[in-house]
Amino acid sequence: MINIKDLHKSYKMGSNSLHVLKGINFSVKEGELVAIMGSSGSGKSTLLNIIGMLDNYDKGSYELDDILIKDLNETKAANYRNKFLGFVFQSFNLINYKSAVDNVILPLYYQGIKRKEREKTALDYLDNVGLKNWASHLPSELSGGQKQRVAIARAMVSKPKVLLADEPTGALDSNTSSEVMSLIQKINNSGKTILVVTHEEDIAKMCKRIVKLKDGVIVEDKKIKQKVL
Amino acid sequence: MFYKDRWIEIFETIKKNKLRTFLAGFTVALGIFIFIMLFGLANGLENTFEKYFKDDQLNTIWINGSRTSKPYAGYESNRRIRFKNEDLEDIQNKFNFFINGITPRITISSEVGYRLKSNNYTVRGVGPHHQFNEMTVIMDGRYINEADIFNKERNVVIGRLVKQDLFGNEDPIGKFINGGGRSWKVVGVFQDDGGDNEERMIYCSYTTLQSILKSSDEVDQIIVSYNPDIGYDGAIEFEKNIKKYLKSKKKIDPNDPKGISVRSASNDMQQNEQFSDALNYMIIFIGIGTLFAGIIGISNIMVFVIKERNKEFGIRKAIGATPNSIIALVLQESIFITTISGYVGLFFGVLLLSSIGDKLEKTYFITDPYVDFNFAIVATLMLVLFGALAGYLPAKKAATIKPIKALNEK
Repeated sequence: MINIKDLHKSYKMGSNSLHVLKGINFSVKEGELVAIMGSSGSGKSTLLNIIGMLDNYDKGSYELDDILIKDLNETKAANYRNKFLGFVFQSFNLINYKSAVDNVILPLYYQGIKRKEREKTALDYLDNVGLKNWASHLPSELSGGQKQRVAIARAMVSKPKVLLADEPTGALDSNTSSEVMSLIQKINNSGKTILVVTHEEDIAKMCKRIVKLKDGVIVEDKKIKQKVL
Repeated sequence: MFYKDRWIEIFETIKKNKLRTFLAGFTVALGIFIFIMLFGLANGLENTFEKYFKDDQLNTIWINGSRTSKPYAGYESNRRIRFKNEDLEDIQNKFNFFINGITPRITISSEVGYRLKSNNYTVRGVGPHHQFNEMTVIMDGRYINEADIFNKERNVVIGRLVKQDLFGNEDPIGKFINGGGRSWKVVGVFQDDGGDNEERMIYCSYTTLQSILKSSDEVDQIIVSYNPDIGYDGAIEFEKNIKKYLKSKKKIDPNDPKGISVRSASNDMQQNEQFSDALNYMIIFIGIGTLFAGIIGISNIMVFVIKERNKEFGIRKAIGATPNSIIALVLQESIFITTISGYVGLFFGVLLLSSIGDKLEKTYFITDPYVDFNFAIVATLMLVLFGALAGYLPAKKAATIKPIKALNEK
């Protein structure tokens, strides 16, 4: 599903250049649940952003579902993101003036799906994350866990090939974290490929494979026995 | 533009962001409103100006006698020049070809009363042609005629406000008023666009006034209207010739700048036009200035609004919005808001202007303020256009920014 070869990325900071990713080789098969771990500054979020086409890379290659993702223009990147990827962020990134269901509808809106149909689909997905009764609530009226579940519903509604989660439990307490992770496991068990960036061992153990990054290179890549919630 | 889903998206955004929408809309509405008001009021000022200064017939020359400043032909200087009835006849005969009409004018001030009411009015002794010089409009009865002049009749034509003062609702025609210890018969009522003073005037036959004043046949002023076909240059030439003729007739040094003064509307007309032009420039300046302020206002708000929505655009892009769809969203929203509120400002501006009418004429010299409607529409469209442009540039920037940057913004 994901095939990354010798990926380099550096950021220009004035006259200095910060080499963040120093040759990543990494591949993910369909249906995997991968935790990408590493301390702050290890390059894990950068890697996820490149996989998510939110950022570009300098050298190497990245293939998603056998399509080379390189130097895409913004319009093409937007279309690919919409078709192939679902995002879950640490800070939820819901649009604060839109209700839960309207947030979930948005990816379908950009797919050009008819109004009636996308409303129905969005409600189904909200139901899947257990928030059907909260459909008309604004994000400010939801708890952190609920917000993240809305965000997951929004990420899943466009039926992406890969779900990318950047510290999905970073802003949540341990109970809600477990709830969210159990939801992610459930989605994974239905066959979806999922990448989770985290720095918490507990969370990583709930995945099926752990990839550790340090100073821009992969230092460890192992399959583990998943802690099922 | 006609993509229904985007409209729904825009209406939802507007509904959920009322303050932002209100501020942007209010700026545009206020800008257009002030523009319409200023422009309209300035036009009203010009209306008043035209009404006051374009009252008198333009092809008219006023000739006054004054004191000479040079000795000539045995006369000492500082001699007072007065005109007599025969001067009028001579001018008429000499310049017959150019002259449309000629009238003398004798002005006095007198207490005039009817029954218990009385007041002080300006009384002018004139000839029949005076009506055309002053563009006097007869409302009732008639003006002074040749028979009045010939028979030295004590007939008067009174101004609209004189009639109001003395007669109220009573019909004044055929009634007698008292003035200078004599009674005068009212034969007509007139109105004059030249303002209230012109309508507080009483006209009578100059010969009658001369006989009462016992000043034999002297007149204060000679008013000549010439054939307008002679044009501006012809009029200047005509004035010169009259002056020259009268100077030789009255034995005044041809080089004496005093003695005879000739005032003509052709010079006035030029001055009026210059003043009118200056007023027009001022109006245009005010208009452009206001419009410019409005454009800056809406630009500011658009820049701010887009900055505020940067993160939202980042989210939208992350879930599949193309840069063009974001630009279109911003533009369509801004054009929609500016058009609606521009129209609202336009509507209220025009409404208020048209309700003013002549209410401000007395104190502020503003009459019937108006704006050319097409011009107002163009101004509104310009504001909409610049609002859109002001939205387009930052929207384009926001739309091309990497979503990750927008998402990381706090």
